[in-house]
Amino acid sequence: MRCQGQHEEAMDKFSQFEKQWMKDSLPAVEIGDTVDVAVKIQEGGKERIQIFNGTVIARRGRGPAEAITVRRIVQGEGVERVFPLHSPKVESINVVRRGDVRRAKLYYLRDRVGKATRVREKIDAGGKN
Amino acid sequence: MTKFILGRKGRMSQMYTEAGEVVPVTILEVGPCYVTRVLSVDSDGYDAIQVGYEKTREKVLSKAEVGHCKKAGLEPLRHLRELRLKAPAELAVGAEIKADVFEVGDMVDVVGTTKGRGFAGGIKRYGFGGGPMTHGGMCRRFPGSLGAGSDPGRVFKGKRAPGHYGDARFTMKNLKVVGIDVEHNLLIVKGAVPGASGGLIQVCRAKTAKIKASS
Repeated sequence: MRCQGQHEEAMDKFSQFEKQWMKDSLPAVEIGDTVDVAVKIQEGGKERIQIFNGTVIARRGRGPAEAITVRRIVQGEGVERVFPLHSPKVESINVVRRGDVRRAKLYYLRDRVGKATRVREKIDAGGKN
Repeated sequence: MTKFILGRKGRMSQMYTEAGEVVPVTILEVGPCYVTRVLSVDSDGYDAIQVGYEKTREKVLSKAEVGHCKKAGLEPLRHLRELRLKAPAELAVGAEIKADVFEVGDMVDVVGTTKGRGFAGGIKRYGFGGGPMTHGGMCRRFPGSLGAGSDPGRVFKGKRAPGHYGDARFTMKNLKVVGIDVEHNLLIVKGAVPGASGGLIQVCRAKTAKIKASS
């Protein structure tokens, strides 16, 4: 068995290598934020960009596997999409509005309808931006 | 080119294709390895090379092992493995083997030791269906019948039953090499590799690959 230090060093080596599969920088997206996600979609050989607007209700994974779950209401029906942050299909993520929430996962929004699905806006976002 | 190297399993990760598809990959830490002995038909009855991996302290190995490495003009190496060859070896004793013996696109077999699962039941070990969970079924994870009654009057040999599972040699065949980092001794293969992170693995050219990599 190798000693602890060696192993940690090795793990770091793997993380370093993974960076080449990741985007250089990620938008500062936080839970509760309202975002516009620009996704590339293939349509009969042509590629175009579609915007998915919604609330970030979860963020999970590490390294190249990091992903966010965005929820929005379409025609009265809740729609959730998971976007891998480092996927080349995710063109850009724009934060439209900062959310003020006290939880890491906003799954409680799934049980709510109408006005109750709103997330309070973060007023003092100065330090974060 | 002799495509054989020893290493340790790093961990799994994922990468993306240009089309945005996720590819599950395993990062392996391989080599550098050194040829510790060349076996030949004349002296041993078969052609092979013996390869050593991971420098260590003399104290860790037996005197015989230390002496064996010294004879090859090498520092003490912790792990020794043989690769059988069809033709006399091209490599000489002391030759270094690094990740660059492989190329991106090569198909490889990865040998490792699977995670030990202890004494496991038939469901985990052999994928038995088990009994009904509801409707009054009380045989939830039981192995079921062991066979017929007074004819044959015994349980057939090889009847799949609960027992020790895992911690056994396993070869994952036909994994594609998707990345190489010679500087950091890393080899990236698509798919999973047996064993836990940090487990010893052997990587060699895939023996049954449809698209044969040039050897």
